[in-house]
Amino acid sequence: MAEQKLAGVVGFFNDPDALLDATRKVKEAHYQSFDAFTPYPVHGLDDAMGLKRSPIPYVTFFAGMTGCLFAFGLQYWTSVIDWPLNVSGKPFNSWPAFVPVMFELTILFAGLATFGALMVACGFPNTKKKIVDPSITCDRFALMVDVAKKEKPGYKKFNTSEVEAFLKSVGATDVRVVYEEGWF
Amino acid sequence: MADSEILKYEPEELITGGKTFADINDDVSIPLETFPTPKNVRNWWCCFAFALFALTIGAICLGYTVATGIGVWGLNEPSGWGADITNFVFWVGIGHAGTLISAILFLFRQKWRTAINRSAEAMTIFAVMTALLFPLFHTGRPWYAAFWLLPYPNERQLWVNFRSPLLWDVFAVSTYFTISLVFWYVGLIPDFGSIRDRAKNKIRKFVYTILSMGWRGSNKNWSHYEVAYLLFAGLSTPLVLSVHSVVSFDFAVSVIPGWHTTIFPPYFVAGAIFSGFAMVVTLLVIMREVFGFKNYITINHLEKMNKVILATGMMVGYAYACEFFIAWYSGSAFETFAFINRAFGPYWWAYWIMVVCNSFIPQIFWFKKMRTSIPVMFVVSLYVNIGMWFERFVIITTSLHRDFLPSSWSMYIPSWIEWGVTFGAFGFFFTFFLLFVRAFPTLAMSELKGVMTIKKSQSSGGHHG
Repeated sequence: MAEQKLAGVVGFFNDPDALLDATRKVKEAHYQSFDAFTPYPVHGLDDAMGLKRSPIPYVTFFAGMTGCLFAFGLQYWTSVIDWPLNVSGKPFNSWPAFVPVMFELTILFAGLATFGALMVACGFPNTKKKIVDPSITCDRFALMVDVAKKEKPGYKKFNTSEVEAFLKSVGATDVRVVYEEGWF
Repeated sequence: MADSEILKYEPEELITGGKTFADINDDVSIPLETFPTPKNVRNWWCCFAFALFALTIGAICLGYTVATGIGVWGLNEPSGWGADITNFVFWVGIGHAGTLISAILFLFRQKWRTAINRSAEAMTIFAVMTALLFPLFHTGRPWYAAFWLLPYPNERQLWVNFRSPLLWDVFAVSTYFTISLVFWYVGLIPDFGSIRDRAKNKIRKFVYTILSMGWRGSNKNWSHYEVAYLLFAGLSTPLVLSVHSVVSFDFAVSVIPGWHTTIFPPYFVAGAIFSGFAMVVTLLVIMREVFGFKNYITINHLEKMNKVILATGMMVGYAYACEFFIAWYSGSAFETFAFINRAFGPYWWAYWIMVVCNSFIPQIFWFKKMRTSIPVMFVVSLYVNIGMWFERFVIITTSLHRDFLPSSWSMYIPSWIEWGVTFGAFGFFFTFFLLFVRAFPTLAMSELKGVMTIKKSQSSGGHHG
């Protein structure tokens, strides 16, 4: 490979408690961009990183409402406007009979939108960023300080050797420099 | 601080044998990575061959049905529904345990579900696929089914009848299948990542990289992932309750004595969970034995499932009794006749198979020794499966074969083609399930690791924070 682009510096930890402590310290040190990598969701890590709650529930809610209204609109339009048909003397707008389909489409729209929102929020499918180390999906915990794409004022400037020393000082057992690499 | 939450959990040993995180990956990956004949998965080929055999029988019978017409089935007037709809309701019901375990137990924070949810969800998906075959083939021309069942603008300028429960069923079951599939896939993404990262073979690595969507275990992703997972659980919980309610509306909304009862939705949902848990027990008892998952799917897990079987079995038994009471109490001659005919008419044997298998046999689970005995629970779960198949048969056939006009009374006897299709449905289901256990991680590895740490943090006294 001709020229590798620096992605950041990663430090490894052997247990989640050490990772939590280190994450808090990295946040306090005002690094602009960092992320933790864990084999399973570690409780408390979102707070330690200062992540905001995911906005996905709003997507779910509005998609569910859309599904519900769409289902009612579809049933009303077909049964009352487009082709009113007398079925055993029931009113054209027999709305209680429309409730099951409204319910099902609420769930269907909400569920598919949640999936879509998850894909967008996580940047899936992700082809550009390879996993930092295969052991992360097995039993190791990692904390990576990234090279910021656009540096913002008020944050600490990225400096490879300084970050390496910092990660070692917060208890990382193994510290490495990571270059940008895709999956394929 | 969020970690104080961790300390509230009471320690309970969910995984025995002192396993580490790495052990979980190694153990779960064995059936996926050893192909074709590893020493502990040799039986797999025997099972798979048998499932394919059953599937072939079913395919031949369905081929014959399609080529000739559904007249080859034993259906007649007034018994327009028979083994086909019995199988449909049976298989949809089987699916319900998977969603209950994955969604409802998740919302109730039942940590023991992590060992069984993946395989139970897989069971849901394959069971619903099996169920969907029956209404499709019941139409006689399955290739037209989509045109008949879905509302779309067409040259006839007609729409489907949204006042019919049969149409509600189309929406309910297809939504159930879609959402279950998405929920299952989302749960699999981190585990596909684990399989990918230990893969040595190039093709294997490529396939699991695609399936894992490039999962990196990033906490920024986990943060969204956990919220989405909770939402899926929240959406699936009312969904699963609605699906069998809607299936029961197929009967309850009609005016047939024996069907036209308000107890049907909760009765069907309880029955679905009952039969589904029995199927989960049947499958897991075999799986933990064959794949050596005894430290993950412990006797403790199985005992909990048997308790659910006992509880839902009694709900079903209560429903049987309640139906009889209301038949008498309503004073309706037709209703009373339908129930007396059900228990003492020409199909008395089917009724009593149902009552004995569903209401009496599970009572053995009152004894701890019985609930924790592998052979006992295996046999009981088979009886429950048989009993629940007969429950649907009894509801459908005994109500239809004696309709309002005695001159049209007749008997419904399933033809050998229908038995072939019924047998084939099991082949269809098990073929998919057996392929699943060789291709996908059968235990939710990332979730298992999550419940392991709870205990670890406890014993370390939670010094962090």
